[in-house]
Amino acid sequence: MTVPILEGRDLRVHYQGQAVLDVPQVVVQEGEVLAVIGPNGAGKSTLLRVLGLLEAPTAGMILYRGEPASPSGSRGLAIRRRFASVFQEPLLCDTTVRANAALGLRLRGRPATGAETQVQIWLERLGIAHLARREARTLSGGEAQRTSLARAFAIGPDVLLLDEPFAALDPPTRDELLTLLQTLLRHNGFTTVFVTHDRNEAIRLGDRIAVMMGGRLIQAGPPLEVFGRPATEEIARFVGVETILPGLVTKEQNGLLTVEVNGVKIEALGAVTVGERVFVCLRPEDVVIRRLDARSILDSARNHLPGRVEDATPLGPQYRVRVSCGLPVIALVTKQSFDNLALDRGTPVVVSFKASAIHLIRR
Amino acid sequence: MELIRQGLIEAVRLILTGDPGVLQITWLSIQISGTATVLSLLLGIPAGVALALTRFPGRGFLVALVNTGMGLPPVVVGLFVSIFLWRSGPLGALELLYTPTAIVIAQFVIAAPIVTGLTIAAMQQLNPRLRLQLLALGASRWQLLLLLMREARLPLLAAVMAGFGGVISEVGASMMVGGNLLGHTRVLTTATVLETGKGNFEVAIALGVILLVLTFVVNYLLTWIQQRGRSA
Repeated sequence: MTVPILEGRDLRVHYQGQAVLDVPQVVVQEGEVLAVIGPNGAGKSTLLRVLGLLEAPTAGMILYRGEPASPSGSRGLAIRRRFASVFQEPLLCDTTVRANAALGLRLRGRPATGAETQVQIWLERLGIAHLARREARTLSGGEAQRTSLARAFAIGPDVLLLDEPFAALDPPTRDELLTLLQTLLRHNGFTTVFVTHDRNEAIRLGDRIAVMMGGRLIQAGPPLEVFGRPATEEIARFVGVETILPGLVTKEQNGLLTVEVNGVKIEALGAVTVGERVFVCLRPEDVVIRRLDARSILDSARNHLPGRVEDATPLGPQYRVRVSCGLPVIALVTKQSFDNLALDRGTPVVVSFKASAIHLIRR
Repeated sequence: MELIRQGLIEAVRLILTGDPGVLQITWLSIQISGTATVLSLLLGIPAGVALALTRFPGRGFLVALVNTGMGLPPVVVGLFVSIFLWRSGPLGALELLYTPTAIVIAQFVIAAPIVTGLTIAAMQQLNPRLRLQLLALGASRWQLLLLLMREARLPLLAAVMAGFGGVISEVGASMMVGGNLLGHTRVLTTATVLETGKGNFEVAIALGVILLVLTFVVNYLLTWIQQRGRSA
């Protein structure tokens, strides 16, 4: 096992006696993008500040390449200079774009000539070379955040720390920058800790996802695992599982479980035993809807529940359809299917989903 | 009206002919108020930066004290500096009363709280998260302070202007601790008071005009430095 580039052990942060962070262990491996997600106030930014040696934890320690590190002293400064941070606000200095992008290198006393090439490269990669002589205060939000990113990348950091860098941008700009960042991270292999409350950003950027809630890191793993197999009901809700229902495991046959929810039997797979109380989790994109009067059963799903459409909410290219079939099930349907099926309120339908689409969480 | 017209004509003549008495008084004013301002900057800017950026018990009290000091009446400063420098006073042995140094001390006491108070305000108007960003970019403690001061340079220059403006125009304290001695401690403001009292309005007007021009030139220079590259 290689030594992680950055590690936090038994980290605790208290503000005025109140615990805001309590993380027994967090590990960042060299070259990976660790996306830390969680709702506002979960302690994500605090964790990032502690990892970045910008704030001393109340208890616990930070290890940089296996060696203890603290924010204070010249050693703290030397290690901090191997990191670069980008925050939600671009926080540029009142000077030109180029001078801003060069600031990190200047603070490290890099010779001007080498720094200039480096800065120019990153201004170009971030698409703001033409703005180099502009005063930073005249930039738009997106341009300012590009400058902030260029400033961080130009340092050539060992670890890049990003704290919701796109949260304040409008959706098209955010999407554009997210795509750009994705490309830059992939091509340059920067070790990155990326904090966001937006699960879509986390899926797009993260090699690994860590979920934080109430100051604790409650699940970490590859995106598919965290999003498909959330460890708690809270995480399930946060990662976009829309149908979460309490049930009881009543039968097990050849590895196939039967779970009763509200008197309705659902077949599922999972590592639980008969008699256990569980939460049945179902992602809306795993649910297929057809009209009750349609002839064919199209798929190999094990669960087919008849019901009626309760309501439908348009979400851009998709509709979020709530079906009542003894229990409420939420499905995502493309706009085209929605129109073809003519789903109105009260339309009799059948919702289908595979046993493997069900994720069970012990209650 | 005739009085003002004649006064202005005489004032222009005194200025254009370079009257030695007027020049001497002007030069002394610049020296005294310039020195007092520089000294108040040396104390006020570091003190203001420290008060703005640190948190410690009693800080609020100190800031309130500084803010009160910004409105200190010059005559009160003159009174207390006089008492301290009086022959039988605590610093009487230094024999500074009625010397230019005494005026510098009094003007320093007047300007220092102004510079400190405006420095605190200048530093506190910066985005508090900027400090974190600069540290995160690898700034050492000194680099951080210099960068923050650079960011606050416009309001900091306003502090310099206010400090100089406060002392160059002050008359009460200079009169009390300087004594308005001709060729020794007579400055533009005290001379203006004296000449007005004597009914020499043309000389008083000349001195007043010089005072105004001097204040304008200094502030124009500082404003020019402040507003450079601010066209965008």
